[in-house]
Amino acid sequence: MSEKTRLGKIFANGVISENPTFRLVLGTCPTMAVTTSALNGIGMGAAATFVLIGSNIVVSLLRRFIPDRVRIPAFIVIICTFVTMIQLLMQAFLPSLYESLGIFIPLIVVNCIILARAEAFASKKPVLASAVDGLGMGIGFTLALTLIGIVRELLGNGSVFGVNVLGASYDPMILMILPAGGFLTFGLLLGAFNAIIKKLDRKRMKEAAE
Amino acid sequence: MNNMNILLFFVDCVICNNFIFSRFLGCCPFLGVSSKVETAVSMGIAVTFVMTIASLFTWMVNTWVLVPLNLRFMETVSFILVIAALVQFIEMFLKKSSPSLYRALGIYLPLITTNCAVLGVATLNVKNAYNLLYSVLNGCFGGIGFLLAIALMAGVRERLESSKIPESMKGFPITLVTAGLMALAFMGFKGLV
Amino acid sequence: MSLRLSTAPHIRSPRSSTRLMLNVIIALMPAAFFGVYNYGVKALMVILVSMATAVLSEFSWQKITQRPVRIRDCSALVTGLILALVVTPETPWWMIMIGSAFAIIVVKELFGGIGDNFLNPALAARAMLLASWPSVLTTHTAIVSKFGEVDAVAMATPLASNLEELGIKFSYMDLLIGRIPGVIGETCKLAIIVGFVYLILSRTVTWRIPAFTVLSAFVFAWIFGLDPLYTILSGGLIFAAAFMANDYTTSPMSSYAQIVYACGIGLITVIIRKWGSYPEGATYAVLFMNLLTPLLDRYIPHKVYGHKKTGEVKAQ
Repeated sequence: MSEKTRLGKIFANGVISENPTFRLVLGTCPTMAVTTSALNGIGMGAAATFVLIGSNIVVSLLRRFIPDRVRIPAFIVIICTFVTMIQLLMQAFLPSLYESLGIFIPLIVVNCIILARAEAFASKKPVLASAVDGLGMGIGFTLALTLIGIVRELLGNGSVFGVNVLGASYDPMILMILPAGGFLTFGLLLGAFNAIIKKLDRKRMKEAAE
Repeated sequence: MNNMNILLFFVDCVICNNFIFSRFLGCCPFLGVSSKVETAVSMGIAVTFVMTIASLFTWMVNTWVLVPLNLRFMETVSFILVIAALVQFIEMFLKKSSPSLYRALGIYLPLITTNCAVLGVATLNVKNAYNLLYSVLNGCFGGIGFLLAIALMAGVRERLESSKIPESMKGFPITLVTAGLMALAFMGFKGLV
Repeated sequence: MSLRLSTAPHIRSPRSSTRLMLNVIIALMPAAFFGVYNYGVKALMVILVSMATAVLSEFSWQKITQRPVRIRDCSALVTGLILALVVTPETPWWMIMIGSAFAIIVVKELFGGIGDNFLNPALAARAMLLASWPSVLTTHTAIVSKFGEVDAVAMATPLASNLEELGIKFSYMDLLIGRIPGVIGETCKLAIIVGFVYLILSRTVTWRIPAFTVLSAFVFAWIFGLDPLYTILSGGLIFAAAFMANDYTTSPMSSYAQIVYACGIGLITVIIRKWGSYPEGATYAVLFMNLLTPLLDRYIPHKVYGHKKTGEVKAQ
C-alpha cells in the first residue's frame, strides 16, 4: 500500500468509519451544548480540530520520551497548552464566537476524543500519520457538529448559518434550541444513522452472498 | 435572609440549572455509567465529592496565585492540574483511611479527572466571580444535581432493559432521547428562582 | 425483571387492555363533550385531528419498523384524545399533529410501545408543545358565550399571574362547572369527576393516586398560603389526577410508593403555581414524578395498604 492511500485511509477512518460523534459517541457535552446554530458547530469543531492536530503531533514527537506512568498527565498538559493557545487566539480574533461558545472552549481539555486519540493513536504512531489522524477526527467531529447545528438552527430558528430559509411565516420550534432539543436531536440522528448503517451492511452482506 | 439565599441557590443549581439538563456538563459519565442504579449513585457521590473539593482548591489557586501574579491565562492549565492532583490524592487517602468507601468509589475516581463537570464548575466559579462560600456551594449543589440526574436516568434505564426498543435505537440513542424527555420534564421548574 | 408485575389491573394481554382503554375513552367523553359544547367546532376539530394523527402515526411506525400492528388496542386513541383535551381550542391543526405524532413515536414507540414508555405520552407532548410554541398554548380563548357572562375573545386562564391586575376572579362555582376560559377538557371539573367515577366503578383504575394527589395539593396549598379550594379547582390538577397521574405504566405499583408519588405531584404542582414561571404546574408535576417512578418502585417496600383485594405480588 502506498503512503498516500495509507494516510487517506487514516483520514477517512476519522471522518466516517470511526466518526467520533456518530460512531464512537465521544465528546458529547459540546456536541449538544454549542450546536444551537450551525456556525457555533463549525466554530467548536474547528477549535477542537486545531487542538487535536497539535496535540497529536506533539504527543507523537515525544512518544519515546514520556515515561509510561505519567503519560496521562503529560498528555493533558500538552492538550491544555493547545487549548490555551486557541482560547487566546479566539479571544483576540473571533470575540463574538468565543463568547457564544463560552466555557466549552476551555473544556476542550477534558474532551475525551482528544485524550483518546493521544492515548490510542499518537502515542504509538509516527508524526505524519498522527497529524492526519488528528485532522480526520477533527473534520469528522466538525461535520457532525455542523449537521446537528443545521438541524437545530433550521427547526428552532428557521435559518441556516444565520440566513433565514424557511420564511417569515415559519413559526420556529423553540424546543430545538433548548437543552431538551439538543438531547432529542442528537439521539434521533444517532438512531437514524444506526438504522442506515445497518441497512447498508445488510445490503452488502446480501451482495457478498450472491 | 442568608439561609434563604442559599436555599434558592440550591434549587437553582439542582433543579433549574441542572448540570446535565441545562448546562450539558458531565454528559459522558451521565450517558456511560448510568445503566445500573447502584453504580450511578456511587458515581454521582464521587463526582459531588470531587466537585466540592475542587471548587475549594481552584478558588484558592485562582484568588491567591493566578490573580495576584497576573497569570489568568494559565487558568485552564492550573485548574486541570489541581483537579488531577486532587483526584490522585483523594484516591490515595481513601485507600488508606476508608477501604470500604474506596471499593465503592475507587474505580470512578480516575474517570472524574476528565469529567467536564469538575473543570466546568471551576471555570464557572471564576466566570461568575463567586466568593469562596458560593464557589464551594456551587460545586456541592452542582454535584447533587448531577447525582439526581444520573440516579433518575439509571432508574429509567433499568426499566428499559426489558423493553422492546428498536434495534438501531438501543444504547446511546435511546439514552439520549430519554435524557431529552427528562430535560423537558425539568423545564417545568423554570423561573422558580 | 419482576419489577413490572404487580397490583390490580396490570393485565397486558391485548384484549383486556383494549377493554381498559375503551373504558378510559368512555370516561373522557363528558369532558370532551363539554369542551366541544363550550368552545364549538374548533375544539371538535382539535380532538379529531389529534386522535387521527395518533392512530395514523402508530400504524405507520409499526408498518415501517415491521412490528405487529397494534392500533386495535386503542391506546393511541386514548393518547390522542387526552392530548387534545389538554391543549387550547386555538391550537393550529399542524401543531396538534406534531404533538400527537411526537407522543406516539418519540415518547411511546421508540421505547418499545404500549407498556414500555416511562413518561405519559400526552403530557410529554404537551410539555413539548409548550416549550416550542409558548404563546399559542398560553393564549386562551374564552368560551363562546354559552353562559353569557364570560365573552371576551381572549383572556387569561384562572391561573395566569396577571389575573389580579386584571381584576378577574372566578367563583368556585364557575371553576367547578367550567364557566372559565382554558384548555378543551380541563375546565369543567364536574364532567371530569363524572368520568372518573365511571373509571372507579368499572374498576379501570383505583382511587388512591388521584385522591392523594388532590388531597396533598389541597394541604400544600394551605401550608404555602394559597387558597386551597381555588388551587384544586383551577387549572388542570383534577384532570391530571383523574386521567394522567394513574396511567398504569408510568406510575408506581406498590401502595406506599403510590402515595409518595401522588403527594409529590400535589407538592410540585403547588410549588410551580406559587413560584414557577409557568402558570400551570400539574403537567410538569406528573412528568417529574413519572421520572421518579422507577426509583420509588425500587426503594419503597411493597406492602399491602388497605384491603387485601389488591392482591399484592411479593417483591422479587
